[in-house]
Amino acid sequence: MNNWIMIGALLVLMGFAYQFGVLRSRSVAARVVVRMHSRPGYYGLLVALWCGLPALAVFLLWSMVEPSMIRSVVIEQLPPEVAALDGNQINVILRRVESIASGFGVSDQPAAYELAAAARVSELQSTGRLSMVALMAALAVGGLVFTLRKISPALRARNKVESVVQTLLIVCSTIAILTTIGIVLSMLGEAMRFFQFVSPVDFFFGTVWNPRFSTVGAGGQGQFGLLPLLWGTIMVSIVALLIAVPIGLMTAIYMAEYAPGWLRSIAKPVIEVLAGIPTIVYGFFALVTVGPFFHGLGLAVGLDIRATSALTAGVVMGIMIIPFVSSLSDDIITQVPRAMRDGSLGLGATKAETIRNVVLPAALPGIVGAFLLAASRAIGETMIVVLAAGNSPVLHANPFEAVSTVTVTIVNQLTGDLDFASPQSLVAFALGLTLFVITLALNVVALYIVRKYREQYE
Amino acid sequence: MSEQAVTPDTSPVAPLSGRQRTPQHALVQKSLGRRHAAEKRFRAAGLSAVLFGLAMVALLFITIFAKGIPAFWQATLEIPVHFDPEIVKVEPRPQLQAGETPAQLRDRELAWQTQVTMVNWNRVIENALIEHLPEAASKRALVRRLVTSGERFGLRDMFVANPELLGQRVTVRLLADANVDVWLKGNIDRDLPDAQQQLPPEVRQWADTLYERGVIAMKFSTSLFMNPDSRSSLASAGLAGAIMGTLYMMLIVILIAVPVGVASAIYLEEYAPRNRFTDLIEVNINNLAAVPSIIFGLLGAAVFINWFKMPLSAPIVGGLVLSLMTLPTVIIATRSTLKAIPPSIRQAALGIGASKTQTIFHHVLPLALPGILTGAIIGVAQAIGETAPLLLIGMSAFVASVPATPLDQATALPVQIYLWQGNELRNFFEARTSAAIVVLLAVMISMNALAILLRKRFEQRW
Repeated sequence: MNNWIMIGALLVLMGFAYQFGVLRSRSVAARVVVRMHSRPGYYGLLVALWCGLPALAVFLLWSMVEPSMIRSVVIEQLPPEVAALDGNQINVILRRVESIASGFGVSDQPAAYELAAAARVSELQSTGRLSMVALMAALAVGGLVFTLRKISPALRARNKVESVVQTLLIVCSTIAILTTIGIVLSMLGEAMRFFQFVSPVDFFFGTVWNPRFSTVGAGGQGQFGLLPLLWGTIMVSIVALLIAVPIGLMTAIYMAEYAPGWLRSIAKPVIEVLAGIPTIVYGFFALVTVGPFFHGLGLAVGLDIRATSALTAGVVMGIMIIPFVSSLSDDIITQVPRAMRDGSLGLGATKAETIRNVVLPAALPGIVGAFLLAASRAIGETMIVVLAAGNSPVLHANPFEAVSTVTVTIVNQLTGDLDFASPQSLVAFALGLTLFVITLALNVVALYIVRKYREQYE
Repeated sequence: MSEQAVTPDTSPVAPLSGRQRTPQHALVQKSLGRRHAAEKRFRAAGLSAVLFGLAMVALLFITIFAKGIPAFWQATLEIPVHFDPEIVKVEPRPQLQAGETPAQLRDRELAWQTQVTMVNWNRVIENALIEHLPEAASKRALVRRLVTSGERFGLRDMFVANPELLGQRVTVRLLADANVDVWLKGNIDRDLPDAQQQLPPEVRQWADTLYERGVIAMKFSTSLFMNPDSRSSLASAGLAGAIMGTLYMMLIVILIAVPVGVASAIYLEEYAPRNRFTDLIEVNINNLAAVPSIIFGLLGAAVFINWFKMPLSAPIVGGLVLSLMTLPTVIIATRSTLKAIPPSIRQAALGIGASKTQTIFHHVLPLALPGILTGAIIGVAQAIGETAPLLLIGMSAFVASVPATPLDQATALPVQIYLWQGNELRNFFEARTSAAIVVLLAVMISMNALAILLRKRFEQRW
């Protein structure tokens, strides 16, 4: 809480600094003949920045370093037999020391060394805090006075403030890059650790997925086979695309070419609602409504359809990506130049013939791009398959049976205890890397095709 | 576009007056019927695809709401309870004495609370029920099953908060057991043989009697919103912890993803020179937007949990992961808004001597604000519906308390839905899960409605 007060005080001081800067620049302007370089507000901002930023930096650094410093000092001071205890026991003692130091006390009789350590802690904390406050105050006031005195017509305050702003913007835009680097490095790093347990050949070409029976260190002879999971992913995605692509494409064609304005203005946003619904809701829908429906349907026609199967998960996932396919294709179809349609219609083709023989071939690259993006979406989808695919990592080609996918297995291996030393957990990163590479490749190709296509008609 | 389009199927084929009918013409005439039929089929296929999409939206909402809405009303008993001094035998609550540290007081306080917990609160509840069901006096173990097991702690907490209650009679609301709720709502087949019923025949009979007398009634379930999750007392499992967790994460996403996203969009769109580096950022952002969400979960597990040793299951980690995930969405939305602002605005500002930064912050940004807000709201709404990355950073742990800070263990609404759908008591939790989904959808729909409203209200065409 104390920290918040300090931040608040600093902000208030910055507000004052701004005011001082503005006043000072006005008084300077009144005294000199030359025009000031910048408007008063910029002098104010400059003073406020110089007052606040260094103090803030000190505050952040201090708060990061202080606890570990105090900790090491206290541990040094503890009697040797206590200091030799292992990490958890030391932590318990340190917590007791902390609570004695804060005046809350402990319920039993504290040991003498604990009291001594607590005295030292409170002493360190108070001197530490005092010196931090002193340093921050000195920096803030120093920055304030220094900048105030520098205010003159020649000081290019606006440019300085603007360069701070621009630096901030650049820092923000590198965060996206850092995220990608973080993804690649963490995946690669952890996957490498996994490959120390299991050889990449066994992983990428193994046909048996059975992580339970392999013990740590022994590796698994083909137990961590990727192929059943990859095949499950592909099977579910194929079912999803068989639903989503025809329906999405026909929706797009109808919306772009036939639908009257009122229908388009209602149906388009309503169908796009499908894209905004959380995937966990689809999963629940698949589990509770669609799965039992298919099971019943199977009984009626004499087929053995499991309620949780590749079919259930795929159909529901297909419903989810309909709006994805339809809105992308819609954009692409409307981009096909009017002249091409008119030419075809002028030759006497019916509208359907025009669409089939002229518009669609012209739009094909874009539609392929949309298809690839939809495929990458389907491959990376998690919650629907977690709930509705049945989780059975076995190689088979029957869509009515349960399957398991890469994403389901990542979730299964990494929920619960996170143990970053066993191949059972680390395999999730190898699977994640595989998934990342596949979806990245699909996206890059798709975005390339879509962009090329746009250029074609621009 | 379809209005102005030529529609050949309706226009009659003009007879070639004055000219000789060629054999080709006859051929065309002959094929027309087939071609027009194909046209109709094609059109019908398109229409049915649209209708299928609409039907799926309707089906999804109807099934979820039909299941979920009744779960907002829950079987509740409203009965007088006597805090009988014969049963509630506890000393007065300890006060701070002279020369006592707060730690010692806390210990005595805990000892007192343990004593209060040791009270046979079940007996208090049983006595209250037996007043209404004298015939149940000999079957205490059975009559207890009418009320969900967590309510004894409810009574205890009432007493701890107000020890004056000792010896008084107060009318309280007690949640009926989950199985009683299922029975009264008809979510289980009433004709099933006893062996397959979840409740013994006596309890079912008592539940019916009390329901007829109005002692048990379907009351709006505040516990659904006020209680955290529970595994021992299923009827009182609520969403409070999940709602708080989601709120914290939403706050973090708003505080991180939105400013950072807008800032980087401004840089990329307005300042950045066209070079290799900015091209790289651009491609990178487009790809990041299409990376599966579960990958962000892996990133969170490896970087935040394993490297930075941040706490498991904490909303702060969830919020950071969701922020990174939302960032590309915000950037792309902001950039397209900035692109739509006509260059004449910028040129006018620059022309009268504004600096580049002044142009952007004084003229371009205010005009882009509605679009940026819309994009940000949609991004945040998307983030709070996300489940998969949260599972990987341990947010699927069972947490029976409401988080006080973003550093405490918590869960989130979508994760709570995931946890509840797996509960064994299917015929109670199917409805409860649907109710949780209704809450989540309500939050998301209202956010999206806000975004649409903003867009409608402030949209400008240049």
